[in-house]
Amino acid sequence: MQKELKQKRRTVLAENAWTTQTQFRTMCALPLFLIILFCYVPMGGIVIAFKDYRFADGIFGSRWNGLDNFKLFFNSDEFLKIAYNTLTINATFIIVGTIAAVALAILLYELTSRNLTKIFQTILITPNFISWVIVAYMVYGFLNPRMGIFNVFLNKLGIESIDWYSKPNAWPFILTIANVWKNVGMDSVIYYATLMGTDASLYEAADVDGANKLQKTKAITIPALVPLITMLTILKVGGIFGGDFGLFYQVTRDVGALYKTTDVMSTWIFRTMRTGSMGMSAAAGLLQSVVGMILVIITNTIVKKIDSDMSLF
Amino acid sequence: MKKKKNNLGQKILVLILSVLCLSIVIPFVLLVSISLSKEIDLARFGYSIIPKTIDLTAYRYVFKNPESILRAYGVTFTYSILTMIFGLLLMSMLAYPLSRKNFKDRKVVSFIMFFTMLFSGGLVPSYILITRYLHLDNTIWVYILPSLVNSWNVFMIRAYFQAQPTEIVESAYLDGATEMKILFQIIFPISKPVLATVALTTFLAQWNNWYTAMLYIDDEELISLQYLLQRIMENINLLKTMQGQGMPGGDISMDIPSETVRMAMAVVVAGPALFVFPFFQKYFVKGLTVGSVKG
Repeated sequence: MQKELKQKRRTVLAENAWTTQTQFRTMCALPLFLIILFCYVPMGGIVIAFKDYRFADGIFGSRWNGLDNFKLFFNSDEFLKIAYNTLTINATFIIVGTIAAVALAILLYELTSRNLTKIFQTILITPNFISWVIVAYMVYGFLNPRMGIFNVFLNKLGIESIDWYSKPNAWPFILTIANVWKNVGMDSVIYYATLMGTDASLYEAADVDGANKLQKTKAITIPALVPLITMLTILKVGGIFGGDFGLFYQVTRDVGALYKTTDVMSTWIFRTMRTGSMGMSAAAGLLQSVVGMILVIITNTIVKKIDSDMSLF
Repeated sequence: MKKKKNNLGQKILVLILSVLCLSIVIPFVLLVSISLSKEIDLARFGYSIIPKTIDLTAYRYVFKNPESILRAYGVTFTYSILTMIFGLLLMSMLAYPLSRKNFKDRKVVSFIMFFTMLFSGGLVPSYILITRYLHLDNTIWVYILPSLVNSWNVFMIRAYFQAQPTEIVESAYLDGATEMKILFQIIFPISKPVLATVALTTFLAQWNNWYTAMLYIDDEELISLQYLLQRIMENINLLKTMQGQGMPGGDISMDIPSETVRMAMAVVVAGPALFVFPFFQKYFVKGLTVGSVKG
């Protein structure tokens, strides 16, 4: 009986081998077509970075200009500024964001009432469901030059109102706070889940030894998180040249006075395209893509060496 | 003695977490509070977390001409739901063959998808493709078509399909079922958790999408909800500067309680979603902890 079934299986498989492959390919065809159209065709469009793109001439009609777009971009004062902004703000996000998420996860874990944990977690995650446009409205509520909560408060203390939207130096902090506010709840979930999976007997053993809460946190809780923190941080470093366009564009309300500290690669690329410098914008975009790819490959290689399960590929 | 100390510790913990939650909630309260305030109170005292007097003028204003908001709701809901349904179908149709070890082109197709996660052509080439060659700008398709297939989601679905017992697939296969039938009648019903996660994250991303409209939509009738909100922020500013410079048309903005109306708009746009999405929280969370999706 067993043998018969095996035999039957073999013949069916052999007979249908070809049609099965055709069926698989048919299923893949449409989704793959969309990927090729919207991801790969634009990759071919990178040639614009090496052309003096004119709308009337189109991609193929426009004149080649070699590396002029790149030279113009590198030689402008803009390049150093936006590269610096992109790297420093994103690095701040990684450091502050990770510390905040880990701290929050530990607090939630230490709470014994699971019902309360659930309520807190639900509230902390809500900002994840709103768009940056709405966050921008909230930030405006706090920082409005005439009526914002902060200025009302300062006035009460007898200090004059501050026009926050013309004070670029304050914005790396403001953006960091906005970023943490929106993401910390969701980010802490993954750390919290890891803590929930740690071995409870470790804590019991520590109790027997008479360890206090702080000692237990130091000796058990944090070490349990270190591998995950390391991995996620390395992986985030891979994306350090990118950044959340919505945060930088909406929350600053694209105010020109703030570009000094808030203009990053993605906002600059967007604005430059809008003003019609297609070639230079494409050149900056290509640079961003290539640097991003190299960073991801490097960070992934490092992660793979430490723990191959955590690597992306 | 020891228990008492623990209780105190727990109380402090609850206090800290309550303060943190308060800092999450206050910005929401602020929006609602401003929208419920009297315009004159705002001008005199500035914004406040608790309104001095509750006044519904702003909402009357918003609902007096609700056409633009309702239309934006309609547009946003339509493209979000279409992207969700067709995206789920297409992504599963790609994920399923990739989950089957006997698919010969598995490696090539995986690589084609994987590479899009590493490298992209960037904004300018996509923009030119969509506007100049595909002419998708100012159509609802520009919201949908480019967002249907997302490699990350496909890999996530595939990982889930792979984790299912192969016997089910094989026995169906021996019964002569086509691969499409196996996918939709056998694999689909047992993969609800991952499908729900992908569906909801897709829907949320589309619901909160302002970027596509900003880039590709000029037609007032086709703008998304979030972009409408972004425009209101910019437009009322425009009216205000006109008023400040005493230009003609300035008196129009005089009778718009602009500060409160703006925030009322934000509440009307954000509100309903905030009551719906948290119910599906566990699925959003699953998207994070689904684990390794590579292969």
